[in-house]
Amino acid sequence: MILRRRTLLSAGAGLALAGCDRVLEQPAARAILFKGEAMQRGLHRALTDRNALAPEYRADQRSPFFRPNGTRDPGTAEYAALRDGRFAGWRLRVGGLVTRPLSLGLGDLGALPQRAQVTRHDCVEGWSAIGKWQGPRLGDVLRLAGLRDAARFVVFRCADLYGGRPYYESIDLVDAFHPQTILAWALNDRFLPIANGAPCRLRVERQLGYKHAKYLMAIEAVASLDGIGRGRGGYWEDNVDYDWYAGI
Amino acid sequence: MPAPFRSGAVFRHRLATRLWHWVNAIAVMVLVGSGLGISNAHPRLYWGQFGANYDAAWWQLPRFPDWLTIPGSYNLAHARRWHLFFALVLGFGLLLHMVAGLLNRHFARDLRVRRGELAPAHLAAEVHDHWNFRFHDPDHPRRYNTLQKLSYAAVLFGLLPLAVATGIALSPGMNAAWPWLLDLFGGRQSARSLHFLTMMGLVAFTVVHLVLVILAGAWNETRSMLTGWWRVPGDAAE
Repeated sequence: MILRRRTLLSAGAGLALAGCDRVLEQPAARAILFKGEAMQRGLHRALTDRNALAPEYRADQRSPFFRPNGTRDPGTAEYAALRDGRFAGWRLRVGGLVTRPLSLGLGDLGALPQRAQVTRHDCVEGWSAIGKWQGPRLGDVLRLAGLRDAARFVVFRCADLYGGRPYYESIDLVDAFHPQTILAWALNDRFLPIANGAPCRLRVERQLGYKHAKYLMAIEAVASLDGIGRGRGGYWEDNVDYDWYAGI
Repeated sequence: MPAPFRSGAVFRHRLATRLWHWVNAIAVMVLVGSGLGISNAHPRLYWGQFGANYDAAWWQLPRFPDWLTIPGSYNLAHARRWHLFFALVLGFGLLLHMVAGLLNRHFARDLRVRRGELAPAHLAAEVHDHWNFRFHDPDHPRRYNTLQKLSYAAVLFGLLPLAVATGIALSPGMNAAWPWLLDLFGGRQSARSLHFLTMMGLVAFTVVHLVLVILAGAWNETRSMLTGWWRVPGDAAE
């Protein structure tokens, strides 16, 4: 009797786990489960001051080696040409819903007021690395370009293809104008290594690593994420159901 | 207190307790399964603020097999969807249960350790009784024994809140909101290690809990958590 119950119990547990996979195939159940993202984002935004800073660390608390992840070299002919020219020919285009479209070189980014920050990079996989980043605030760049009233999101276009598709990311204006959100061109007091996104990457410190778009080529202010990629706001969001809000 | 609906049966668990028990049981099951799936993405645990492949891990975890994980094949995105949804179910369920337990005096009445119950002789006697499969006090069949009280309290006020707090400490967004939580656990990778160890504690409790439920009378115990009514073992009624 006891044995039978135990068998039933473990069989039940196995079925329940397998059932979870079936649940995700039901559009309604999937919609409910995916609502978790909006609930977490709502809670975070309610509990967090708009300008609350991500923890910053001392220089001696940095990781001995900052692990690169994702694309380690875009490998396209266009990128190779920029790299061979030591990114002298690289231009970051700032456009979309702005009054003054910009085209910024590395020298222009360096001439803007700089922010340096020793912060922790958290990968969605679970690991963390601490490094020092430097660059102008995204907010300053957007103010320079003059956001139009209709702008709601900022989209980042990257030089790399991942699995043959262009990498891109997007954030909302709360994170875009956050004081720690910078366009980093330096890691640990050196120009960004290729593997970490040279010549310039986004740092959006209150979110996970995949939001920190590397190999930036263009920044675009938009009213809606529809029509960009598959409309979910980023490479991983489009292709493997990662959360667009990656604050958790 | 409602009168027993027949001789030898006592009303043991209120609706709030029963509801929370099952909601929490489902949440824990989903969270453990999806958590093991998330662990497979980077099965290394570290102490301190940072930790990645080039840093020393204190524990290189095994790859958890597909039959243990949610979803049933590696998918970090979906494991996270399950985990972060049911984290809300567990967290707010626990919060509501805490409020209900204080208001309906469940904690004060049933979980409070009474005088003498922690005396070594009393505890030794209870361990001896457990060893002989006697789990309740014949004079007070409604009461939890001391070992039950201590383990339920450890889960309710220790492991479950710790699972929630260490989980919140893993969120870079919440690190900005509540940086003190990160300091409390000594950094994000320490919080991640503690999150895993807390999970192991909850699994260990669940295994012992299920074994004891089976030994104490699987149907009687399960029914009491479904309907509230529990038949006093050894009673002739049934």
